[in-house]
Amino acid sequence: MSLRHLLDIRSLTREQLLSLLNDSKKFVEVSRRSIKKVPALRGKTVINLFLEASTRTRASFEIAGKRLSADTINLTASGSSVQKGEGLIDTAKTLEAMAPDILVIRHPASGAPHILAERIPKTSIVNAGDGMHEHPTQALLDCLSLMERLNRTAEELSGLTVAIVGDIRHSRVARSNMWAHRLLGNSVRLVGPSTLVPDEFAGSQYFPGGVTIHHDLAEGIEGADVVMVLRMQMERQHESFVPSLDEYSRYYGLSVAKLERFAPDAVVLHPGPANRGIEINGALLYDKRSLVSQQVEFGVAVRMAVLFSLATGKGALPVEPQSVEGHTQ
Amino acid sequence: MILIRGAFLIDPVGGYEGEYDLLIDRGVVEDVDSPGSFDSASVERIVEAQGKWIFPGLVDVHVHLREPGQEWKETIASGVRAAIRGGYTSVCAMPNTSPAMDNAEVVDFVVRKSKNIGLARVYPIGAITAGRAGKLMAPFREMKDAGAVAFSDDGDPVFDSGIMRRALQYARDLGTPLSCHEEDKCLSCSGAMNESELSFQLGLPGWPKIAEEVMIARDIELARDTGGKVHFCHVTTARGVELIRRAKEDGILVSAEVTPHHLLLTEECVGRYDTSAKMSPPLRHSEDVAALRKGLEDGTIDAVASDHAPHEADSKDKEFSEASMGILGLQTSLPIVMDLVRAGELSRVRAIQVLSTQPASLFGLEACGLRKGAQADVVLYDPAASWKFDETVNESLSRNSPFWGREFTGAVSSVFVAGQEVFHEGVFTHDRTAKAA
Repeated sequence: MSLRHLLDIRSLTREQLLSLLNDSKKFVEVSRRSIKKVPALRGKTVINLFLEASTRTRASFEIAGKRLSADTINLTASGSSVQKGEGLIDTAKTLEAMAPDILVIRHPASGAPHILAERIPKTSIVNAGDGMHEHPTQALLDCLSLMERLNRTAEELSGLTVAIVGDIRHSRVARSNMWAHRLLGNSVRLVGPSTLVPDEFAGSQYFPGGVTIHHDLAEGIEGADVVMVLRMQMERQHESFVPSLDEYSRYYGLSVAKLERFAPDAVVLHPGPANRGIEINGALLYDKRSLVSQQVEFGVAVRMAVLFSLATGKGALPVEPQSVEGHTQ
Repeated sequence: MILIRGAFLIDPVGGYEGEYDLLIDRGVVEDVDSPGSFDSASVERIVEAQGKWIFPGLVDVHVHLREPGQEWKETIASGVRAAIRGGYTSVCAMPNTSPAMDNAEVVDFVVRKSKNIGLARVYPIGAITAGRAGKLMAPFREMKDAGAVAFSDDGDPVFDSGIMRRALQYARDLGTPLSCHEEDKCLSCSGAMNESELSFQLGLPGWPKIAEEVMIARDIELARDTGGKVHFCHVTTARGVELIRRAKEDGILVSAEVTPHHLLLTEECVGRYDTSAKMSPPLRHSEDVAALRKGLEDGTIDAVASDHAPHEADSKDKEFSEASMGILGLQTSLPIVMDLVRAGELSRVRAIQVLSTQPASLFGLEACGLRKGAQADVVLYDPAASWKFDETVNESLSRNSPFWGREFTGAVSSVFVAGQEVFHEGVFTHDRTAKAA
């Protein structure tokens, strides 16, 4: 039951997912205090190894570690031995020799965290995004944002229709969310052109049942409870997955008007960073239906819950955070 | 003279499948006849082979010996030891060496070096284009005169259809096949595994079947157009098998090989990013495996070739998308094919045909079964012996294999090359490299 690593959502049980989400909720409060720090992970070391560009995830993990009083250090490719050509496994082994409790890794290669979990077994590994594979803490924070907005517990976060719009093919966020919503009992619609939403995603062999694919935005989001808009990966423009950003934006970009027309009751999620005017218009980004700011806020809580659960080795139990609260009150 | 008696003899050329005695004289097959037919009095050595199988030495038309240029992965010496231990007496070495085998000098180097080692016969395959770059035709005639038996840019396709057409026309004059790695790189775009639900789930870039199939289709038409011989390397898809079947029905000069791993494994072996299951073309689906087995059985596919591709641990021990493509094959091909025989999917005779005599004939090699007067390249095989593929038997300098640690039934017990026993019960009995060391 208790987690050793957080490598992906796919290999979690429903029970593990629910307890991570419910525990995350308890950590939200810590960040709303005037003194946003608890001693829960004092003496623990967390290394954030970010070998791919990141603003919010890296800042979020760092803040989460610091608010738990863990000694947190950040490493990026530039300015580290990676720049000198050191391979992933050697870098990780070097870091392991300094006895960190948790290694948080963001890496452009799918499966990099899984390799590390095998090769440096003494350290807990947290996947902060690996290639096109998964971004588990993003899915957790998306779900926590929904719990908060809809005022539901994790157990109650079911029966929803979640439309994910955009570049599903390359999105680790979409994959982690698909697995999470399967475990929670929600139905998922994938929306976008065939080049970005391959038929394989509706397959039954590996991907969850309950997934439907829609190539028309209106049809895809109609009546949805949640619309998750994915970032168009501008760096892929030369690969011609869509004819132009203009055309993409016209047919698949989400605006206040389109939302009001087809899914007036939906809440909107975006993992960021957003390309305003391409996949989402600026007005919608900070509209009352948008959970973008909450996503960032709850990202810290989710990462605190994950770090706490892995470092204490007790699973995500409510006992310690409660005693932590008692300590600071 | 050597008399091998009491064994179960399999030879697709002579049509033998049963208990026969084999007489070898001065390096060639003197005769095959019913048990007890030969007068043992005039024989210098009698090999008692009761319970064993005897068949012609195996022929692998697709191996990477890595020399010159990548001798830390494999050398000709270590590669031919792996070949002999796996039952292969003839291997064709692919030209993706460094420098590439795209001229007579490098071909000659490989020929001389392997002759000096003297275990398995090594036949170089020259490059189709200079530097395997796909732009300019390499000197086929010079390479052929130096010993090349076929041409290939293996690892890469000849993507320019105009170059491919002229290469086929030019090679037709020599009667030499072009051995084609079929991959449209605009479709496979640095894919790391089969494109499928699983690749999308794992977030790995996919190498779709269509990337192979469009090139097979193109080269069937170019073979038809030019009358040149196209040999398809490592076919992996059901559709590819079907295209080749139809081309053969149309009388087009095409042939095809399949690897043991594509006959046995599926993309599931990638599991959680296991790089020992990474190769090009990648492992496919179970329906492809079934179609490949069927194609091998019905004659659509002519040969089993190992695509023996040694890589040092460092190049495999990394992120899946970064790891090298390819696995070892020479020591595990025969047991995998024999497993198919045991499972009733292939006859014994067909197995030896696709492992030996048919690929030899396609590439114009000397090996031609156990008929009278043929060079005596012979394998004695113990169908009951069990063994494990591990460091105690591995002859390669590398160990990149999804079969590492696996137990097999059926082992090579003796190998004769030109009538000389070079390997006997785990020991190399005639190894000039060992002496030099």
